[in-house]
Amino acid sequence: MDADNQPLNEQFVLLRHRQHLNISDLDIYRRLGGFDAFQKAITSMQPGDVTEIVKASGLRGRGGAGFPTGMKWAFIDYKNWPHFVVANADESEPGTFKDREIMEGNPFQFLEGVALCAYAIQSQVAYIYLRGEFWQLAAWLDRKIAEMEAAGLLGEGLFGTQYNLRIYTHLGAGAYICGEETAMLESLEGKLGQPRLRPPFPPSFGLFGKPTVVNNVETLTNVPLIVARGAEWYRSMGTEKSPGVKIFSLSGSIERSGNYELPLGTTFRELIYTHGGGIPGGRQVKAIMAAGASSALIVANDEALDTPMDYESVPRVGAQLGSASVIVIDDSVSIPWLINKTMHFFKHESCGKCTPCREGTYWMMHLTDRIAHGAATREDVELLRDVANQVKGKCLCALGDFSTEAVLTGIERFQADFELVVASPQAST
Amino acid sequence: MKMVTLTIDGKPISVPEGTLIVNAAKKAGIDIPVFCYHPKMEPVGMCRMCLVEVGRSMIDRTTGEIMREADGSPKLQFGPKLETACTTPVGEGMVVLGMTEKAKAGRQDIIEFLLTSHPLDCPICDKGGECPLQNLTMGFGGGESRYLYDEKKHQDKHVPLGELIYLDRERCIQCGRCVRFQDEIVDDSVIGFFQRGRSLEIVTYSEPGFDSIFSGNTTDICPVGALTTADFRFQARPWELRPAASICTQCPVGCNLAFSTRREAVSGGHWVIKRAMPRQNEWVNEIWICDKGRFGYHYSKSPDRVQQPLVRRQGELVPATWEEALGKVSEHFKEAGSGLLTVAGGRLSNEDLYNLGKLTGHLDGKKALYSTMGGGDSTLQSGLQPGSNLADMGKGSAILVIASDLHEEAPLWWLRIKQAAERGAELIVVNARPTRLDNYATHVVRFPYGVEAAAVLAMVNTLSAKRPDLPESAAALGRDAALQAAAKAFAEAENAVIFYGSEGTNLETSTALAQACQNLLLATGHVGRPNNGLVAVWQRANDQGAWELGWRPTANLSAAMQAASALYIVAADPAGDDPAYLAGGGLGSQDQAFLVVQDLFLTATARLADVVLPVQAWTEREGSFTSGERRVQRFYPVVPATTGSFADFSVAGQIGQHLGLDLENRLASRVFAHLAEELPAFSGLSYSRMAETVEQWPIVGRGDLYYGGTTYENSQGLGVQLPIVGQAGLSWPKLSEINIPRLGMLAVPVARLYDRGSTLLPSSILHQRIPEPYVLLNAQDAERLKIPDGAAVQLIPAEGETGLGVRAVARLDAGVPERIVLVPRSFGLPIPVPMAISLRLAERVLV
Repeated sequence: MDADNQPLNEQFVLLRHRQHLNISDLDIYRRLGGFDAFQKAITSMQPGDVTEIVKASGLRGRGGAGFPTGMKWAFIDYKNWPHFVVANADESEPGTFKDREIMEGNPFQFLEGVALCAYAIQSQVAYIYLRGEFWQLAAWLDRKIAEMEAAGLLGEGLFGTQYNLRIYTHLGAGAYICGEETAMLESLEGKLGQPRLRPPFPPSFGLFGKPTVVNNVETLTNVPLIVARGAEWYRSMGTEKSPGVKIFSLSGSIERSGNYELPLGTTFRELIYTHGGGIPGGRQVKAIMAAGASSALIVANDEALDTPMDYESVPRVGAQLGSASVIVIDDSVSIPWLINKTMHFFKHESCGKCTPCREGTYWMMHLTDRIAHGAATREDVELLRDVANQVKGKCLCALGDFSTEAVLTGIERFQADFELVVASPQAST
Repeated sequence: MKMVTLTIDGKPISVPEGTLIVNAAKKAGIDIPVFCYHPKMEPVGMCRMCLVEVGRSMIDRTTGEIMREADGSPKLQFGPKLETACTTPVGEGMVVLGMTEKAKAGRQDIIEFLLTSHPLDCPICDKGGECPLQNLTMGFGGGESRYLYDEKKHQDKHVPLGELIYLDRERCIQCGRCVRFQDEIVDDSVIGFFQRGRSLEIVTYSEPGFDSIFSGNTTDICPVGALTTADFRFQARPWELRPAASICTQCPVGCNLAFSTRREAVSGGHWVIKRAMPRQNEWVNEIWICDKGRFGYHYSKSPDRVQQPLVRRQGELVPATWEEALGKVSEHFKEAGSGLLTVAGGRLSNEDLYNLGKLTGHLDGKKALYSTMGGGDSTLQSGLQPGSNLADMGKGSAILVIASDLHEEAPLWWLRIKQAAERGAELIVVNARPTRLDNYATHVVRFPYGVEAAAVLAMVNTLSAKRPDLPESAAALGRDAALQAAAKAFAEAENAVIFYGSEGTNLETSTALAQACQNLLLATGHVGRPNNGLVAVWQRANDQGAWELGWRPTANLSAAMQAASALYIVAADPAGDDPAYLAGGGLGSQDQAFLVVQDLFLTATARLADVVLPVQAWTEREGSFTSGERRVQRFYPVVPATTGSFADFSVAGQIGQHLGLDLENRLASRVFAHLAEELPAFSGLSYSRMAETVEQWPIVGRGDLYYGGTTYENSQGLGVQLPIVGQAGLSWPKLSEINIPRLGMLAVPVARLYDRGSTLLPSSILHQRIPEPYVLLNAQDAERLKIPDGAAVQLIPAEGETGLGVRAVARLDAGVPERIVLVPRSFGLPIPVPMAISLRLAERVLV
């Protein structure tokens, strides 16, 4: 990283607790300039100015879709009130564990991001929707929110202005689907977590039918420094179309798994070998899942390894960057076994609202069970491909389509593994 | 309304902007298959069956013009994915392709998915034969299964969601129609989805299970055999059933029914009714009915019905021939002459009432409608008229409901008024206690029981001060801001309708109430136009028809019966309803007049009769009823009548013949023809006119049952709304108030949907929903009277004998006003009109 682009000698943009161990202490956070951006925004900036800076920074949603954040904020319907901010802390994609580290280590920067977003869209209430297993984290955030309230950073008439803001945490009941923004809104409203039809999108019809911005934890955590240091500073990192830094959650067959904050555009090779220390046991990397269980399987050849990890480049190797949860698969792994794992996950997590996902994941789980356990024929593999294609493109939300990614790319790109299993039963187990 | 032109499968069609593709196609006669979509509900896009290819005109971003191909046709852009026709609104120039290989393959995919988890039990499924899944599988399915049978998930097949509706969890395809019907349409959110994915299931979270008076409708819109009624479950196969058109007799709404009948060995080779289903009439019940109408028909085939004439010999009622019975009746009637009193109930058809009236008139006798509710004259002058439809009322309209609990008394009116309010109509609910309609009201006005008419006059006064001499109680009400706001909203509405009921009133005060309502309508210009006027929430199905035909209640039925020298009581049971008639009404006494009772059952009154004449149930004959909205509707024979039985009009006609009066006694249509000739409001009406239909939306039945459900299409007539004949004028009613007694309590009869009346109790399927006789009072009064919740109490009339108190269970209800005891009607508690009583703890406390 270029030191000139890091004022104050900061080594991190998001994982700052790794440098400032006590940044979760409000005094320390403020001593490091924390909440200056928030104060500046509400005392000297118009709400629209905040959105403009975020727009100019090129920040894109870190939850997976990569939608331009500032543009989302600008979509808020100003004819309909009140507005809400919902921080998506449902972090349920297998292999993704970045938001948890942010909230545990650097909670105030995240909360300040929530506050800035709220001010930008003139929302007076923000919710943090956490997956049910994050109950300790919710309690931790509640304490941090209470500290902010005690310090006058949340509440009524902030910094002597007319602006009021409250932030609340809300625990889900442990469903993957509630990471999908409209299912999350349903769940937050107290209903069964199932996705809504889109359009309308949350900026026009969101929580309780009101205009709502839903952003990922990591996305919002970028915002305070963007407002403090400017869009240009942020654009100095990453690539032109994918500016800034990203936390890559690295796991699987890797020496040093963990979260890595790197500029967007860093190659898979650099992440896996330079930062992750390579594959243990002298084995070779066979495949990469760049977006957790929802990933297409990338064949880990040289071309793929040298592909920059940004929103534009990863599709060139037939996959998506998604939430950048990079799961490394080595040559000891049977792909039929792998997709059987992902199918069990998707079958378990399908919300059941739409037919193809509800029935398709159940069917594919049975097929991959048989295939992975050497009890299948070549026709079963063909059938699996058919079923996956039947699901794909027909679901109510994107998550149904995601369930087919590993299956379809696995069959297409790792044909030999399937040949092995159907030709000689037992090979895979 | 802006129209949009598009083509669907090559067929051009123009529809209003905002129409969904699936409905546009339906209007063009093109079927796009659906499971989760239902035209009466918001789309959800869950089942994914309605996949189509959609091409949209490309717009040049710089000019805003439609881009065109070289040949001038609009340039189209098709999305990469198939789209759901049920969630996509039409667009100008849109091209929808539903029959391409891609679209057909998409539908086949969805069918295959649905069938992977659906059981193969069509041969024993109640829906088999009228099942959208079955039909659409034939139309769009692949024809063979690729799913391993052993991998099928097996689930519970007999899950009672309540005692009325059963769920087969295997058959459920999770379309959510039932849940959405309960949430969106009837606002009884008592069922919902539980779990997720392949384990997603419908559960009930009410006690008792599936606690909704509209629950049966979910079985009609369920696109598979997952939801079935306990009534029809495993009773017959749909293809064996013959539909017969009828009208519900349980309340004055006049819901259109279709009875499904079958001739079966288990019933001795007789034609029997297997189920009651809604029949579409978008002016009356749309495609819904309440559970009372659906399950309450069993009385028509009760084994307790009187089968043959009975005459009293040596003090005993014994079977007799018709000839003997009719001979005896006509002899006594002739003898009585003008001393004849005919008492008729509102359950009778127009034809019955006409002939009974003619017969009575021939002898110069007197006639009385058996009812404690008045005001029918006001409905004749200012009632609804042709062209009225609650479905047309919304923004700009006002509906005022007074002295009625419509959810209990007339469920479909409740539903349609609620929906009018949801469309933006001003809903003004004026009651002495809270009712469920309050939830949707824009104005809620409270008043004490007994001053109903004054409350309405206070509204009139607020607007125009036409009657300054109101009693203080009304004047006080007029100072109520809620009442003033309500009056203003009512006056400002373009169209306005008043529904008045009989809660808290007697004949005199309800007549005054109706007149007061009429004044409000006249003062605000809400008469003489469609969707304006007065509707009476009668206690019986054809009370309106009785008023139209000249029947009126009598102020003192006891005295009238005592004065009569012959009594002809038809479809009424005064002795059973109120023992007071026994004491002072001339019934059952030594000097009882010659008594003829004509009824389905051997009622308490019939047991006192000299002659009992059995009649056909409405399912065994034809006729017509007039609904509270003044719609005259035909009902048809559903099952053959037993040989030697007669309809009420025929019995009256035959008595007439014995007396030398030429009365039609064979054909109901001819009776109706006479009636139409004589009564101006019915002028020009005939059975054939009432049988006319027009195209209705949504399209239901037959090949369209996948779309609107198994509701029957209406091919037998929508009925005709009566015109207003004559002019209405302001007339100020004499105000007499019912006062709460100084000591004791005021007992107020209230209607309960599920009561213990003779036309409901034979439906044993409903018994768990019908409570033991009970009364309601508030906690303060209960505390004062030292009556614990659930205790047995005695109701002792303030006047009269003290020892005759009847027993009931006391229940506490916060909505009951102070010093009021609510007494459900038709529970054997003899409180026909508000009266002073005292309430005393009975010795034994019921658990």
